[in-house]
Amino acid sequence: MPQLLLLGDEALAQGALDAGISGCYAYPGTPSTEITEYIQASAEASERGVHRQWSANEKCAMEEALGMSFAGKRALVCMKHVGLNVAADGFVNSAVTGVHGGLVLVVADDPSMHSSQNEQDSRFYAKFAGIPCFEPTNQQEAYDMVFAGFELSERMQVPVMLRLTTRLAHSRANIVRRECLPERPLSRPENPGRFVLLPAIARLNYENLLAKQVDFVAEAEKSPFNAWIDGADTSLGILTTGIAFNYLMECFPKRDCPHPILKISQYPLPVARLRRLLDTCRRVLVLEEGAPFIEEMLHGPLGLNEKILGRMTGALPRTGELNPGLVAKALGREVKPHTGSPLLRMRPPRLCDGCPHICSYKALLEVLAPHGKGHVFSDIGCYTLGALPPFSAIDTCIDMGASISAAKGAADAGLRPAVAVIGDSTFTHSGLTPLLDAVWENTPMTVFVLDNETTGMTGGQASSALGKIEQICAGLGVDPAHIRTLDPLPKQHDENVRILREEIAFAGLSVVIARRECIQTLRRKKS
Amino acid sequence: MKNDIILSGVGGQGILTIAAMVGRAAVEAGLYVKQSEVHGMAQRGGAVVAHLRLSDETIYSDLIPAGGADVVLGVEPMEALRHASQLAPGGALLANTVPVRNIEYPEVEDIVAQLRALPRSVVFDADEVARQVGNARAMNMVMLGALTAFLAFPEGVFEALIRDTFAAKGEKVVETNLKALAAGRAAVQE
Repeated sequence: MPQLLLLGDEALAQGALDAGISGCYAYPGTPSTEITEYIQASAEASERGVHRQWSANEKCAMEEALGMSFAGKRALVCMKHVGLNVAADGFVNSAVTGVHGGLVLVVADDPSMHSSQNEQDSRFYAKFAGIPCFEPTNQQEAYDMVFAGFELSERMQVPVMLRLTTRLAHSRANIVRRECLPERPLSRPENPGRFVLLPAIARLNYENLLAKQVDFVAEAEKSPFNAWIDGADTSLGILTTGIAFNYLMECFPKRDCPHPILKISQYPLPVARLRRLLDTCRRVLVLEEGAPFIEEMLHGPLGLNEKILGRMTGALPRTGELNPGLVAKALGREVKPHTGSPLLRMRPPRLCDGCPHICSYKALLEVLAPHGKGHVFSDIGCYTLGALPPFSAIDTCIDMGASISAAKGAADAGLRPAVAVIGDSTFTHSGLTPLLDAVWENTPMTVFVLDNETTGMTGGQASSALGKIEQICAGLGVDPAHIRTLDPLPKQHDENVRILREEIAFAGLSVVIARRECIQTLRRKKS
Repeated sequence: MKNDIILSGVGGQGILTIAAMVGRAAVEAGLYVKQSEVHGMAQRGGAVVAHLRLSDETIYSDLIPAGGADVVLGVEPMEALRHASQLAPGGALLANTVPVRNIEYPEVEDIVAQLRALPRSVVFDADEVARQVGNARAMNMVMLGALTAFLAFPEGVFEALIRDTFAAKGEKVVETNLKALAAGRAAVQE
């Protein structure tokens, strides 16, 4: 079979198809989006009828995947790290119900926050829920680990996490495929009662899950993804996780690292191998892409252990991605400092020329000018770029859907006016439930939905809100007289200001929908 | 054999198309490839960079070590300058002189002068070259052509890739891009 050149995300997606999934469930989120997009574009997935439509949010995706697992089939569920916060309820409980058909949860973490609000490390979640976790070192491992993950998931009857990080997710490499596995037939669990988490059943399931922990460690001890590489110089041992291994290897082009290396790519920690490293080496350098997850355990709760070096001891930066230079420095190498010309200017992202959000923000700024700053609550999407000059139009961005809930809380406190700015896709992801709260109390606030008819920031995925926002709002109980639409075009500016001014002045709940297609998706359709 | 190439530009200028073509050619030639890209927020008109690594041996890091680039290719002058210090000794810089002015921009002549002062650089108006062969939008294929002059691939590989990539858009588009590729290669040889 010819080699493929695939992103880490795509390699994983191809692996999932080849491992016989019957469904992929996800909400777009950088750096995980390309997994589902690859499956959506795949001719094989289409022929097989693999489920591949986007879910409304990560919680829905997680639970839909668990439902497919209940029915005996293999399901993949994908999200970015903060998406797992949204899905956490279903995720943690899926470890307690256990699975029937294999369930692999892919979480793509974003250290350095390239496109995110925090850099939380999903390995904590895997440990918290008590499930095995894989962390690939390269794209081929990502492909192979999907097979291993489904096999382990079915054998142990637990969901399995596969943790990616940005660099691996968005880097291409040669991939060799394996023979495809057939999809599983429809079947129900032998003991479907275990999926009913009544306290009496949950207690038994939880004991059962705890009892499996020793098996998970045994799996990690013999895992081919966890490797010991001998080295004669035991003054230092090196522990790597995920792609940190690559940066270490890059420091030794002749592959002659003198120190013992423990490469970890499957959790829970392989304790015997870890003990060997600590027993044989005088000091241990811990290289982790993400939080000092293992390092903190090795230091223990009583303060820093001088045997251990890593992000917590200053050997490496406490936050952000690793790179070959940082690892070289941690090994005591001289690294050429980066010298930038004084002519360089920062070039941050910005709203595209012709973006409908520009017109929406111009109108909003004009209406709110007499009120000063501090009235606009927003959240996650291209429209978050409205926080930057020249607009400086929004005052908060917390998480998906928090525009509406935070505006409501501020309105409850007496802030007038209170405006929520939310995109169409974010609205269906997490905006409906807080809007229902506002309906219930007829909260004096305005929800400004910037409807560009797509999920823009992640590259233009279909939005389930398409053409439905007025109906959704009316269905939730917003007074139809205060559900207004406007066309965010420069020539409509005065009219748009008028509509917004009326609704913002209204002493109850109103929704204004600015509808015009994203300039990027529009261009793509034309070319 | 090893080639570490940094491609830089502004989101939307098409550096990923260049990277993808070289990556495909390398896989077909039996080489190992790593190609690290920027997706997400930065693609909205921000500075973007791709690291492209080709080798006949296993490549570990997806990122090129600092100061290790054999070639820095910038489809925009400031973005070329941003990564110029990543060049290895003896490395070459290829840059387009046409600025993307979506920020407060210094004198472009000053930037171009700094690029030309590098030990090995090819700095030219790739938009104009593309315009002369028929379409300024083929600028990234001009830059690909310039890059191929620094790569040891068999003759005709990139021509075949262009035919394949643009076939659906008609023979005229294919021809324009083929001419752009040749013109870019010629610009290096001048």
